[in-house]
Amino acid sequence: MKTEGKKRIWSDYQKEIADDHFFYVRSCIRQSFFPGSEQFFLHFMREVLGKDVFENPSHTTCTGIGYHSDIVPLSTIMTVVARHFALMKEAGYKNIAISCVTSFGIYTEIIETWKHFPEELEKTREYLYKATGREFDVPENMAHTSDIIYKLRNEIAEKAKYRLVNHETGDPLNVVEHIGCHYSKMFPRYGVGGAEFPNVLGGMIEAWGGNVVDYPERRHCCGFGFRQYLVQANRGYSLSNTVKKFSSMKPFKPDLVLTNCPGCTMFMDKWQYTMKEMDGTVYGENGESIPVLTYEELAGLVMGYNPWNLGLQYHMVQSEPLLKKLGINYDPEDKFRTIDGRQMPVPENLINA
Amino acid sequence: MADYYKMLMQDVRFREGLNACMNCGICTAICPAAEFYDYDPRKIVDLVQSGNNEEIENLLKSETIWYCGECMSCKTRCPRGNTPAFVVMALRNLSQKLGFFTESEKGRQQFAIKRTVGENIFKYGYCVASYAVSPEMHLEQGPIWKYILENSNDVYERLGGQINELGAGPLRKIPDDAREELRKIFEVTGGSELFDDIEIHSKKKASEMGLEYESEGIDNEYFIEVFTANNKKHHEKS
Repeated sequence: MKTEGKKRIWSDYQKEIADDHFFYVRSCIRQSFFPGSEQFFLHFMREVLGKDVFENPSHTTCTGIGYHSDIVPLSTIMTVVARHFALMKEAGYKNIAISCVTSFGIYTEIIETWKHFPEELEKTREYLYKATGREFDVPENMAHTSDIIYKLRNEIAEKAKYRLVNHETGDPLNVVEHIGCHYSKMFPRYGVGGAEFPNVLGGMIEAWGGNVVDYPERRHCCGFGFRQYLVQANRGYSLSNTVKKFSSMKPFKPDLVLTNCPGCTMFMDKWQYTMKEMDGTVYGENGESIPVLTYEELAGLVMGYNPWNLGLQYHMVQSEPLLKKLGINYDPEDKFRTIDGRQMPVPENLINA
Repeated sequence: MADYYKMLMQDVRFREGLNACMNCGICTAICPAAEFYDYDPRKIVDLVQSGNNEEIENLLKSETIWYCGECMSCKTRCPRGNTPAFVVMALRNLSQKLGFFTESEKGRQQFAIKRTVGENIFKYGYCVASYAVSPEMHLEQGPIWKYILENSNDVYERLGGQINELGAGPLRKIPDDAREELRKIFEVTGGSELFDDIEIHSKKKASEMGLEYESEGIDNEYFIEVFTANNKKHHEKS
């Protein structure tokens, strides 16, 4: 069989992901809602694999949420991102690892803008120098942190304590994956599998033994819509799109939703609570809602990390039904304890609790 | 009549996002906003490419340009390589510069976004931070969010957080000099000017509407009005 043509065609959907020496930039939303996810990533990379991941605490928001709600101009966000590149250059790094899909989309848009409009790159260099005296280089390699976990998926499978299989029946778990619009819909070549065959999460699910659910609204937006959520009067847009998505996935009986973007994780978790409050609708089996996990949380679970150190108790939809299916022996007494073991109050009215 | 088309052409997103549109409507078919609002990105692109400045002015003052959620799904699918959402972003930017945004209920909301996300950027160095997401304004966050905020230090400490403290980690305090650099970037690049434009035109509109306006914060009648007002007609087909 001739493979040359196939290789050429598929090369458009491959992504080169750096192996080591990353400059790490955090996410406003992931660090606020899923701080355990960012800490798992760093612990796994640094302590388990011995890789070099550097964080400069002076990096700030990329201003992406402001940009996509149209209160931050393009020239401004380009210069804020250029400052991040300057911090990276000053620390001697060439590979950037980004913890947020909104930021990742911003970075891809800016780098592509500079390619198409070189005068914008020059203008940004002048702006940054004038504002801060800093100079920058464009990164040689740009990865969303899920790209890095994707690259390491088989290594994680080898180290895994649990597989994405119902331990009682032996059946693979049905996993819905949601990659987030800004990961590869805008500039497909920056994403694993591009916009047509995005496999960044699907690859993890298959490597860890699960079944990827295909359903009609698989690529539909989670419903964030920036201003459509940020302003209270618009939240009907956000909720309606989430309902459309969950209604579409429900017949496929998902055991879990796996997400790429921290905003999507938050909405798909919190809107399930809202929908249940509004009209009693739940989208999982047995009257339960569907746990929504970040890829770091799922990687941590399969590797046997304590779910309460990953922060699963701080979702609105609790994950005990999933933990039971996976056969994970978790300690319920440890769930709401401080780092030094002190008992905290137990929150009421959580879902699946 | 002002040449709005020429003004739009100064925005690289507009030049990148609008080649010849053939009105196929794929953008509308895939659009999450078109699903629930009286919204049709195909019509916007078609209108703008006509170059009719009178029509463009109407659009700049309309509810229509504020319905897009900027998911950018239209970019992937346009067979001509257009990006209707980029066209909308250029229209929104111009609408704010010219003060037209206060003519529509949805446009006026820019004031609320500036006073929340915009102010967060300068105050904290973040667009969003846990302590800036109040349960009262975000009921959908549910009881777990109230719990997290009430037990913030313990919750974040266990998960490796560095809440409001200097040094690397989730929710670390952004050093003063870094926030000062952000502020200078906004000044040099036109970010502060846009903030000022939003404030000036919103203040004027508040006066026209007979609503109290304060020079800062969210505890004023105009903020509450624009944050919550919904005439419930945005989904009805015109």
